[in-house]
Amino acid sequence: MEPRSEAELAEAVAGAAGPLRVVGGGTRPIGAPVAGDPLPVAGLAGVSLYEPGALTLVAAAGTPLAEVEQTLAVEGQRLGFEPMDHRPLLGRAGVPTIGGVAAANVSGPRRIQAGACRDSLLGVRFVDGRGAVLKNGGRVMKNVTGYDLVKLMAGAFGTLGVLTEVAFKVQAIPETEATLVATGLDAGEAVDRLSAALGSPYDITGAAHLGPGCGAPEARTVVRIEGLADSVRYRAGALKSALGGDWQVIGDEASAALWREVRDVAPFAAGDAPVWRVSVKPSDGPVLVAVLEQAGLAKRAILDWGGGLVWVEVDDDPGDGGAAAIRDELARLGGHATLVRGSDALRARVPVFQPEPAPLAAISAGLRAKFDPRGILNPGLMGRC
Amino acid sequence: MEMPIPDPAVVARKARLVERLAAVLPADAVIHDDAETRAYECDALTAYRCPPLVVVLPASTREVSEVLRICHDEGVPVVPRGSGTSLAGGALPTADCVLLGVARMTGVLEVDYPNRFVRVQAGRTNLSVSGAVEEEDFFYAPDPSSQLACAIAGNVAMNSGGAHCLKYGVTTNNLLGVTMVLMDGTVVELGGAHLDAGGLDLLGVVCGSEGQLGVVTEATLRILRKPEGARPVLMGFDSNEVAGACVADIIRAGILPVAIEFMDRPCIRACEAFAGAGYPDCEALLIVEVQGSDAEIDAQLARIMAIARTHDPVELRESESEEESARIWLGRKSAFGAMGQINDYMCLDGTIPVSSLPFVLKRIGEMSAEYGLDVANVFHAGDGNMHPLILFDANRPGDLETCEAFGAEILKLCVEVGGCLTGEHGVGIEKRDLMLHQYAGADLEAQMAVKDVFDPDWLLNPAKVFPLSVSDTRRTGRRTGRQTAA
Repeated sequence: MEPRSEAELAEAVAGAAGPLRVVGGGTRPIGAPVAGDPLPVAGLAGVSLYEPGALTLVAAAGTPLAEVEQTLAVEGQRLGFEPMDHRPLLGRAGVPTIGGVAAANVSGPRRIQAGACRDSLLGVRFVDGRGAVLKNGGRVMKNVTGYDLVKLMAGAFGTLGVLTEVAFKVQAIPETEATLVATGLDAGEAVDRLSAALGSPYDITGAAHLGPGCGAPEARTVVRIEGLADSVRYRAGALKSALGGDWQVIGDEASAALWREVRDVAPFAAGDAPVWRVSVKPSDGPVLVAVLEQAGLAKRAILDWGGGLVWVEVDDDPGDGGAAAIRDELARLGGHATLVRGSDALRARVPVFQPEPAPLAAISAGLRAKFDPRGILNPGLMGRC
Repeated sequence: MEMPIPDPAVVARKARLVERLAAVLPADAVIHDDAETRAYECDALTAYRCPPLVVVLPASTREVSEVLRICHDEGVPVVPRGSGTSLAGGALPTADCVLLGVARMTGVLEVDYPNRFVRVQAGRTNLSVSGAVEEEDFFYAPDPSSQLACAIAGNVAMNSGGAHCLKYGVTTNNLLGVTMVLMDGTVVELGGAHLDAGGLDLLGVVCGSEGQLGVVTEATLRILRKPEGARPVLMGFDSNEVAGACVADIIRAGILPVAIEFMDRPCIRACEAFAGAGYPDCEALLIVEVQGSDAEIDAQLARIMAIARTHDPVELRESESEEESARIWLGRKSAFGAMGQINDYMCLDGTIPVSSLPFVLKRIGEMSAEYGLDVANVFHAGDGNMHPLILFDANRPGDLETCEAFGAEILKLCVEVGGCLTGEHGVGIEKRDLMLHQYAGADLEAQMAVKDVFDPDWLLNPAKVFPLSVSDTRRTGRRTGRQTAA
């Protein structure tokens, strides 16, 4: 069963006798393992509409991300939210698809300035658990016609419907970029600096801190500026003076390579220790890391999004991959944690996504029951009760 | 405009309802006198009016929860209201509803500059959120035209935007979390001071749901540092097509202005007559604004002006001073007032792909002749959000109906070219019956299924957003009748 069209895919879902495992490029095996027949969407491919003057692109869900990016690059444009490539971290081969990016709401370092994947996603077409073809949103920037199911579908990991088409807002690739780099700061100092940078008028598009051992022996604190060449030069200089301390400025390919490293959490590649992705308010990032270090859990940490996105590699597996310690701390701090890398056994054992309070869990379960009454779309992936 | 027939059983229980509400709220927070409830009979879509059964003005999440618990218990519909500035009838009451106003909930609960957020009560006005953080040069980005008066509660309900959302996005892109009360009184937290949802993006679907999923009582909003400066340039063109092409070229060149505003000839003339801003007499006018340091603004404007020159503008005027910037914006900002001075008008709110701009303007011109009503166009060209203003005479019999029919044709045209019925005002009652032009029945079923989960009895703002014919069976089953609202 490899659907080549939306109609075939709808037919496949409608006719399914049991659970289905939705497969795009297979590069992001996030969530609890799913037992089900594979439902590949890669057969639905191709950019169907691209209007550079309107900053809009529409593509079938199975379109390789690389094809989308190449199409955009020809016109000097890109996806603003800088989607992460999970392959290095998760040791996967395969071809990332644009539908997979949307289904997992995958955003990179520029999320702090350009918004998340869900913020650029203008419209979706999808097949629900009964096999009905549905649409929501459209291909215009502003649309408040009815409920915004586009947001609901972004990050639902195919549990509410199988995406067949996605429409994105895109942005121009800026003329140049520059990155300020400071070394040797501890996480607390670093986040103070990043907050100062993000609270400046200099339009920061990346603000991260790579702890010691994350690609270099010493910690690196990095701030990115993009735009017209003169403007970037001016803002880099102004920011350097405003932040104080010793900052080195790197540009062009060195800067781009550094941010690919941050985007893909490359320092944690080629390992199998559990890796968590935690979203907290920026000043809580260093607090969380310190607590995990004191508990002997955290091996290395990378803080992106000005400190608010914590990637933490857990060294000593106490049986739950650090789940209890992380979630206990989040109960105090607020925020949410996702186990992105872990063995199948670990991901089956602990809740991969943040457990919800009872009223919200009931709403999530209620939505799943409406969109997928037979419970056949990626069942259990997000911890369905 | 069709509205459901009020449930006589609910109306008959008014005394008991008032008594129960008065037991949980201060005396001055429950309004049930017919003369006083009349003050809440409409929002900014004043063509339709109906006083509510009772008005409540709670001051806290706890009080909202108590009110909803009672209304849930009594089976009474609840219409939430922010500041009542909805242009789509989103807060229009019914005669059997409790109108729940959040206007007393205006507090700033938390300001956090290092983490760049502010937490406010939902009745606080949009502009006063920026006011609460301006001492540190921060601001809240979404800027609907009504920002002086409109409440954050309404902004969340309608997913409001404004002139600057080309760069900064609309409410949903700047909303981090809410405290919300479900219809049964349960208080839930969605999101928080952190980014993105942990599970399903419930916050994303609540934003823009027009008060039908829960009553938002508090909001955590992203705040941004103000740019160093901003400067507009004014451009006049001989045709709408050329102005539209210029917009596309600016965007394709990789420059991201914070605003690109477009006015057509009827609008330019009206604004000029009203405000005397010194606009040229031409077919189409663009105001393009960029932000940054002086040097950055110079560099961006130089590129924009170079692009504009390739389109043979009849006027190209870069602001040289604060005063000149204010004058360039003066006419645009006076547009609605200017049109109101000429005649009654209906302000539409459709969105189109920017590439369809010349075609849509041409068709609107043709339809204007067919319907015999003048139209002026002003809109956010960067994101394709149009506001055709149809002029009519409310005192002339039949004019309003012709105007509504013409408006509906324009909105259908927006959908036909790939756009949508509403870009920022919402569906409310105004565009409810056009929904089937944009969505198939199954698409609307999927949206209504979401309401089924949050509000199974369909008590929250029930007669909005969805055509009455498609929501009939859900709206309690016991009340499927309809009547025409005054």
